[in-house]
Amino acid sequence: MAQQLRPSKPADKQPKIDWSRRQEAENFAETVKLFRQGKIDHDMFRRYRLQHGAYGTRMTDDYAMVRIKVPAGQIYPYQLEKIAQLSEMYSIGSAHFSTRENIQLHWVILEDVSEIMQSLADVGMTSREACGNTVRNVMCSPLSGVCKDEIFDATPYALAIARFMLRNPICQGLPRKFKFNFTCCEKHGMIRIVDVGLLPQIKEIDGEKRKGFKIFLGGGLGNRSFVGHQLEDFTPVEDLLYTSMAVIRIFDRMGDRKNLSRNRMRYLVNDLGWEKFQNLVLKERAVVKATQSVIVKLNIDESANEIQRPISVSDESASVPDGFARWQKTNVEKQSQSGFNSVFIGLEAGDITANQLRSVAEIIRDYSAEGFARNGFSQNIVIRYVHDDDLKSMYSRLIENGLAKTGSLTMASAVGCSGTTSCNLALTNSHRLAKEVQRKFLELNFDEDDDLRDSTIKISGCPNSCGQHQIATIGFYGGGGRHESNMFPNYTMSLGGKFDEDSMLGHHTARVPVKRIIPVILKIIELFKENKQPDDTLAKWIDRVVKGNESSKITGVEDIKKEIAPLIAPPKVEDEPDFYMDYGSDTNYHTVTGKGECAA
Amino acid sequence: MCSMIDSDMPIINSKILREKLQENSIRIIDVRRDQEYQQGHITNAVNLPLAKLLNDDSPESIQKIAQDLGISNDTPVVVYDDTFGALSSRVVWALQYIGHKDVKLLDVTFSQWKDLGYEISTEVPEIEPATHSVKINPEIMATAEYLEKVKENKNVVIIDNRERLNYLEQHIPGAINIPYRTLATDGKILRTKEGMKTLLKNRGISEDAEIITYCGSVGTLSGLAYYALKSIGIPNVKLYVHSFKEWKSLEKPIDKQENANYWDLSAE
Ligand code: HEM
Ligand code: SF4
Repeated sequence: MAQQLRPSKPADKQPKIDWSRRQEAENFAETVKLFRQGKIDHDMFRRYRLQHGAYGTRMTDDYAMVRIKVPAGQIYPYQLEKIAQLSEMYSIGSAHFSTRENIQLHWVILEDVSEIMQSLADVGMTSREACGNTVRNVMCSPLSGVCKDEIFDATPYALAIARFMLRNPICQGLPRKFKFNFTCCEKHGMIRIVDVGLLPQIKEIDGEKRKGFKIFLGGGLGNRSFVGHQLEDFTPVEDLLYTSMAVIRIFDRMGDRKNLSRNRMRYLVNDLGWEKFQNLVLKERAVVKATQSVIVKLNIDESANEIQRPISVSDESASVPDGFARWQKTNVEKQSQSGFNSVFIGLEAGDITANQLRSVAEIIRDYSAEGFARNGFSQNIVIRYVHDDDLKSMYSRLIENGLAKTGSLTMASAVGCSGTTSCNLALTNSHRLAKEVQRKFLELNFDEDDDLRDSTIKISGCPNSCGQHQIATIGFYGGGGRHESNMFPNYTMSLGGKFDEDSMLGHHTARVPVKRIIPVILKIIELFKENKQPDDTLAKWIDRVVKGNESSKITGVEDIKKEIAPLIAPPKVEDEPDFYMDYGSDTNYHTVTGKGECAA
Repeated sequence: MCSMIDSDMPIINSKILREKLQENSIRIIDVRRDQEYQQGHITNAVNLPLAKLLNDDSPESIQKIAQDLGISNDTPVVVYDDTFGALSSRVVWALQYIGHKDVKLLDVTFSQWKDLGYEISTEVPEIEPATHSVKINPEIMATAEYLEKVKENKNVVIIDNRERLNYLEQHIPGAINIPYRTLATDGKILRTKEGMKTLLKNRGISEDAEIITYCGSVGTLSGLAYYALKSIGIPNVKLYVHSFKEWKSLEKPIDKQENANYWDLSAE
């Protein structure tokens, strides 16, 4: 192995912003006590708990899930080490990287949550407003700043918005949660499926190049999903804050506070109609601007991050480790900065052990010239500014630590929400299913198949879409099915979802019993291979199929249904008992749910 | 001979031990494997692989071990390991159980001792066998029978020190979970006193409670918890030394967190 002793490393890079407030930890401990003594009622406590980033846990009041916010996804080595320690002390010894750049600790005893908050404050992190009716973690593409197709780096703006909104009185009691996503380019972000999505633009105005954004409003996934609308041709950066505030104020004033299942902003947009909503936003912005221009300003820090390649740890003479080419092809993206790469670390459904977190921290120190990492959008971690010459040695290090799973940038890295591993609303074990699908794909070397590369598989454990199934090429959400008197986990499959410039929600195609999901996916891939055009990808082909534009043997979704029909018919219990059990369970399936709190 | 620290706390600070290293009267016990010990240990330490004690942990056997290590009734003893203090806790507890009074847990592991730059050596000290009496200390030990009898008592708290997932899957009914990892702090095997008190306070555990700790099989992880509780002066703590393994083999009742697939969240 190509590691050598090296001179002492430079000190850890420090983040520019401290998100924590220590007092909140003590208050939380006090409040839990009052709640346990019955001095605070259940609903009030729940609101408070969610405001501070602690979700409830499946079928119990004793545990919480702590969602640690990572604004713009920027995470530093010593923060990862702290989270490793916290996961061992207060959680299950693993942590979870979410689809919204949060890091989650599950099965934490409610009484211990304040200890986690204390420790997070030691490293400048917070879980404040990670749940509840607040502005949730502000996301930014993990490739912002290094993407070849980006116009400018949105990261400083994402951080500034996050900083402005956190603990801001205007965001403490919104009708419902509110999400911002910034991106680098259309391909790498998810700007059309959130309340406010932002794409950097530069426009020449009066001979002057001005920075700004294309802003998309009113998108979102859930029981009913919508694609966002573009507010105007170009929003200059000076108007970023006013526009954001205008949108939040309108939502705050007009959003539905009664009907819990229809109170995301997208319903308001849908009810009013886009044009009316658009006009309201533009008018409100004028008011905000007129009344607040002197007082409020975003604190944007565009000073460049220091890029300094760590002392080389690579041994030129080392041989190429096994599997390097496959890994490089499926996990490494070249940056716009020549000689540098962004390395994606794939995890199974976002899960990582405490020891692996510590290894990631060390690997960042040893290989990243920017000295920190970014959380990805697909339950993964991205280490950027890795020099070409260091890739092989880094790969060896990743292998040693079980972190070199291939296929991160491909269809093999299936996303799965928590499902029955911890979520109160879950109907199925979507989390484990995502792992099973990924294992199968890697076993079949599907990650190396260029035809499959730009497709995705995403799985939710119920219709609420936390696994983002509607924007997947092949998406699933969990439910229960019945055959004769027995229940089995039964997923609804949607095809053709996309989140790029022609974002589209997947087309419900069929219900697929859990133990048939892998065979059905394989069947669809087989049909694609038989019928594809030479330069087709699976995503393109499915897009034609769901739109009825495909001219081969498979002309539309109905043909797919026919083809998979024989696979999905339930067998008799006696013939195949396993069919009636969910993954991770050895007893017959039945649905159990607790009180959901997505709306709390 | 005076005791090594003024309080009767069963923990000794590494700095204090270092100052006393040259005092031949102290018996320092290294609870790692023989091979590890041979490669270097705290100066003057003798070796007692934990397996040897676990092989037969009857009072007579513990007595013999003590005597062979040159420990008489009033020899000051300090114990350390490299397993976050869990193995050494078990040895300290065994000696206290047979009535040894001046025995203490070193507050750092061997690795941490080395990181501090303190003295180590490969020299094996000569041991002069001694005589030790047996005067059982029954109030620090809990049996399955005892546990079953008192577990419904209001003032009794049972603490399971295994990892969270193991606890969720099965535990003694009524037990609460404080994973052993919760007990340490950076660079020390135990939390600060203040940190330990806060943990208990948050959990609503009264310092007047009778606390019984247990873990997976031999009372090591729960031994550490025993001393974490002792370190803040909790008077009534007992170690259920044969722990969950015995509990299960006796087919005693077991509780489980139902209807959730928490194991699938683990990346192990
Ligand atoms: C009606 C209730 C809920 C709705 C509509 C909802 C909606 C969503 C959506 C749309 C996402 C995807 C992220 C994005 O916005 O792009 C998400 C993520 C997530 N949600 Fe929910 N959610 C609900 C309840 C819950 C509950 C009860 C839990 C469990 C405590 C939960 C846990 C999560 C997790 C863990 C993620 C991140 C996915 C991952 O990486 O694991 N959600 N949620
Ligand atoms: S999609 Fe359903 S099962 Fe999955 S985390 Fe969201 S609410 Fe829970």
